[in-house]
Amino acid sequence: MSHTETHWQDICHLDAIVPNAGRCALVKGEQIAIFRVKKNGNDALYAVHNHDPFSQANVISRGIVGSIDGKIVVASPIYKQHFCLKTGSCLEDDTAQLKTYPVRIENNRVQLSA
Amino acid sequence: MSNQLIVIGNGPVGHKFLESLVASGQADQFEITVFGEEPRHAYDRVHLTAWFESREAASLNMVPDGFYQANSIRCISGDKIISIDREHKRVTSEQGEELSYDKIILATGSFPFVPPVPGHDRENTFVYRTIEDLEAITAAAANSRVGTVVGGGLLGLEAAKALKELDLKTHVVEFAPRLMMVQVDDGGGSLLRGKIEDLGVSVHTGKNTQNIGDGDECFHKMSFADDSELETDLIVFSAGIRPRDELGKQCGLEMGERGGIVINDHCQTSDEAIYAIGEVALWGGRIYGLIAPGNAMAQAAVDHLLPGATASEFTGADMSTKLKLMGVDVASIGDAHGNSEGALSYSYVNEADEIYKKIVVSPDKKHLLGAVLVGEANDYGTLLQFALNKIELPENPESLILPALDGVSAGGLGVDMLPDSAQICSCNNISKGTLVEAVQSGCCNIGDLKTATNAATGCGGCTALVTQIMNAEMEKLGMEVNTDLCEHFPYTRQDIYNLVRVEKIHSFEQLIEQHGSGHGCDICKPTIASILATCWNDHILDDQHHVLQDTNDYFMANMQKDGTYSVVPRVAGGEITPDKLIVLGQVAKKYDLYTKITGGQRVDLFGARAETLPLIWRELIDAGFESGHAYGKALRTVKSCVGSSWCRYGVQDSVGAAINIENRYRGLRSPHKLKMAVSGCTRECAEAQCKDVGIIATENGFNMYVCGNGGMKPRHADLFATDLDYDTLIKYIDRFFMFYIRTADRLQRTSVWMENMEGGLDYLKSIIIDDKLGLCEELEAEMAHIVDTYQCEWKTTIEDPEKVQRFNHFVNSSNADSNVVFVRERQQIRPANEVERKDLINLKEIA
Ligand code: SRM
Ligand SMILES: Cc1cc2nc3c(=O)[nH]c(=O)nc-3n(C[C@H](O)[C@H](O)[C@H](O)COP(=O)(O)OP(=O)(O)OC[C@H]3O[C@@H](n4cnc5c(N)ncnc54)[C@H](O)[C@@H]3O)c2cc1C
Ligand code: SF4
Ligand code: FES
Repeated sequence: MSHTETHWQDICHLDAIVPNAGRCALVKGEQIAIFRVKKNGNDALYAVHNHDPFSQANVISRGIVGSIDGKIVVASPIYKQHFCLKTGSCLEDDTAQLKTYPVRIENNRVQLSA
Repeated sequence: MSNQLIVIGNGPVGHKFLESLVASGQADQFEITVFGEEPRHAYDRVHLTAWFESREAASLNMVPDGFYQANSIRCISGDKIISIDREHKRVTSEQGEELSYDKIILATGSFPFVPPVPGHDRENTFVYRTIEDLEAITAAAANSRVGTVVGGGLLGLEAAKALKELDLKTHVVEFAPRLMMVQVDDGGGSLLRGKIEDLGVSVHTGKNTQNIGDGDECFHKMSFADDSELETDLIVFSAGIRPRDELGKQCGLEMGERGGIVINDHCQTSDEAIYAIGEVALWGGRIYGLIAPGNAMAQAAVDHLLPGATASEFTGADMSTKLKLMGVDVASIGDAHGNSEGALSYSYVNEADEIYKKIVVSPDKKHLLGAVLVGEANDYGTLLQFALNKIELPENPESLILPALDGVSAGGLGVDMLPDSAQICSCNNISKGTLVEAVQSGCCNIGDLKTATNAATGCGGCTALVTQIMNAEMEKLGMEVNTDLCEHFPYTRQDIYNLVRVEKIHSFEQLIEQHGSGHGCDICKPTIASILATCWNDHILDDQHHVLQDTNDYFMANMQKDGTYSVVPRVAGGEITPDKLIVLGQVAKKYDLYTKITGGQRVDLFGARAETLPLIWRELIDAGFESGHAYGKALRTVKSCVGSSWCRYGVQDSVGAAINIENRYRGLRSPHKLKMAVSGCTRECAEAQCKDVGIIATENGFNMYVCGNGGMKPRHADLFATDLDYDTLIKYIDRFFMFYIRTADRLQRTSVWMENMEGGLDYLKSIIIDDKLGLCEELEAEMAHIVDTYQCEWKTTIEDPEKVQRFNHFVNSSNADSNVVFVRERQQIRPANEVERKDLINLKEIA
């Protein structure tokens, strides 16, 4: 099994993303929605594709973040389907899926691998 | 081998038969043809009079789009069957169609009886049965002054109401000594007469019409047996119905002595292959002239046709009725006249309030046999249950109709006492058990319950009881299951509102820590953001609030299908200066925005990318505009008509009032959006009666209407108070809005809130006008806080660079979203459709 090295790309300062909200990043021509979820003082980051498969609009980063049945989700702002931020799967329709990306915090910078 | 089923008659009962057959899932066993003589598909004859509201036949249609095609039913309208050949099993239609059959369903209904007095067939004489009848009456009324209904029964009074509303001087002529002979007794009849005369309808009882001839002043002159006369321009006969049993006669089925086709408990006629249902059928020597028995017959016939179905049988029906006749509540139950042997009766007459109630009980005073209610029929549901389910009466049966003098409700009936089999909605034959089941499976408001069970969708007489049963069942379930806001908060919206107020909670985080669990979601976050905004009126983009908002509130603009936004500045009352109009044009031109006049008397600018919103708003605010809150669950618009300043009919300055009112309530966050309008006179050009709060100017002040709605399920607003001075009007609106915000569910418009309110309009009046709960001062203070702390959200936002930065599409680039592509149409932009977008993006990439 070959192991490819992950190339982390610097995106922005952590503070540029408000806790419990998303922002969209442009990475190699791709639009990627990055979410910062904060609970009990800890930050977790998630990254999924910004394209909403139901409306065909690039709006996922503008959805409300929350949890359903223990899964951290975002609700599409257009027709309100929920996507699991960890896996990208849609709770209402298993044929719909958002691509996910590795993302991390390094020295208060958000970094993404795409 | 095909199984040919022919339904003759496409009225409400014929259609109910088809519906039940389809619902059984076994309709495909038959090749079905339905013949209707009328030119259109089945429509709701029970609500025929509602045709006058829209004058559109479509509003009464009972057949969902595509119903016939989806179920392979052949429907022939405008043709009637004229003969049945039982020997060869064939039918023939008037237009020459011949079909063979295996089974026939006769649902030919009845026709209005017209007494054969000389002149009964003159011009300008009508009956009241079909949409065509109403169209003809309306046309004739346009050239008439006086209208007369022959017949003072239930339908006659309904026709009289229609004539009255067509602005005719209206008379009712009745042969019997009182109105509604069948349903009410002497006492009720005379009270009813008084009430109807108060409405300006002249009632003539004991009149035997002998001739109709030419009038001197009017088109007709009617002459009566007592030598009196009456002049009238048009006449509507409503003197009872007769079964349309001509096919039964023609093919030799067993008939009743006075007409009607005899049926057994399965609704079969004397020929096994022919069923009869509805008003043409005679069961137990009786014709049932109401919809509920017809529906029950339809079900019984379906059950008998299908092998192996659990056969319901038709074994008679209750003829109790409750209705509102010209605004007067009238109800009649069972043996209203006390004809049963040894029956005893109690009555209560209140001349001051014009209320009459009578109950008829068994000789041992244990059971209710019948009742008559006129003027107030709130007890109908309860009394009907006592009668239908033979529930034992309380020791003093009169307590059932005596008013509650001490404020404690009189001998009502705990719904727990009803057996599950108790029929609650007779129109649709829905039992208590069915309702309880529906509540258990998740219906927790009356709207859902109606949709799920069909209960309370006919005459509406059972609504109060259906609501009581729902509430009782929900209480038993501990309410939790269905009324929690979402999985994160085990509370209703009202509970949360109270928690926030009482514990002075100022942030979502604090609330979820103390009273909830998890991360929240797209249901609880916006709801709580709205509650916090009503209670404390902080800026919605303040740090602790902005992540709670739906995208529309977050960007303070409405997201469109392509991810761009629309911009709607406030134009209070719809009044705008030429200079401001020019600014709107200039801004739209500069940012290339699609421009449209909205349905709310203002201008919407579409197609703004998120990052341009602060720039656009900067220009608008500099020109004196402010946020229109088109994005929020908040006050939207207060529409106005031009009013007394210009209009020759206006009696008050409706524009001035609308502007003041809009400026008072702008920015008010609420469970759902709020809309208002002010009309300058009764012509109502601002359409105030379809608004949450509507105001119509009068000579003496303002009439206030509440809980109207346009939208998906229009609701006419209720008249709440009349001739108010401006200050009182504002006081009532303050209280009304704050009470709604405090008690409504999430996303519940005032119309639905009202529909679900126990006690309805009267209860609301008692709180807002009479201050029954002692709340008014508090409600006014809460509103005053909101009015005093108003800020234009957009103004505050553009002054804060950190907030402005959040509008950029990318966090790490100043590029725009390349997926947003417009094409031009009629000189303006619109979002490209998918094909256009792909082409345009490709072109760009090639270039
Ligand atoms: C722009 C406008 C249509 C137009 O071009 O004229 C409009 C546009 C929308 N309406 Fe409306 N409604 C507009 C007047 C109306 C009216 C007419 C009125 O207000 O007099 C009604 C019926 C009156 C009423 O509400 O009772 C109306 C009944 C609705 C409803 C149904 C509400 C209901 O209770 O059934 C919705 C859906 C909802 O709110 O859930 C809706 C929802 C919407 C939404 C928000 C749909 C959405 O989520 O995208 C649209 C937003 C467009 C935008 O981005 O601005 N709109 N909408 C009108 C804006 C008026 C304004 O100046 O603010
Ligand atoms: C103004 C008004 C108000 C009413 N209010 C109430 C109320 O509040 N509550 C209540 O319970 N009931 C009410 N009713 C009564 C209710 O409408 C009837 O009970 C119901 O319509 C009966 O339905 P049906 O299908 O048996 O007959 P119909 O409605 O008469 O339908 C029969 C249909 O068959 C057609 N037809 C007849 N012969 C033939 C043929 N040979 N070939 C083809 N087609 C044929 C007719 O044209 C008609 O369209 C009201 C009726 C009226 C007119
Ligand atoms: S009617 Fe429907 S499509 Fe038209 S503006 Fe309103 S919500 Fe949009
Ligand atoms: S009894 Fe008529 S709608 Fe329920």
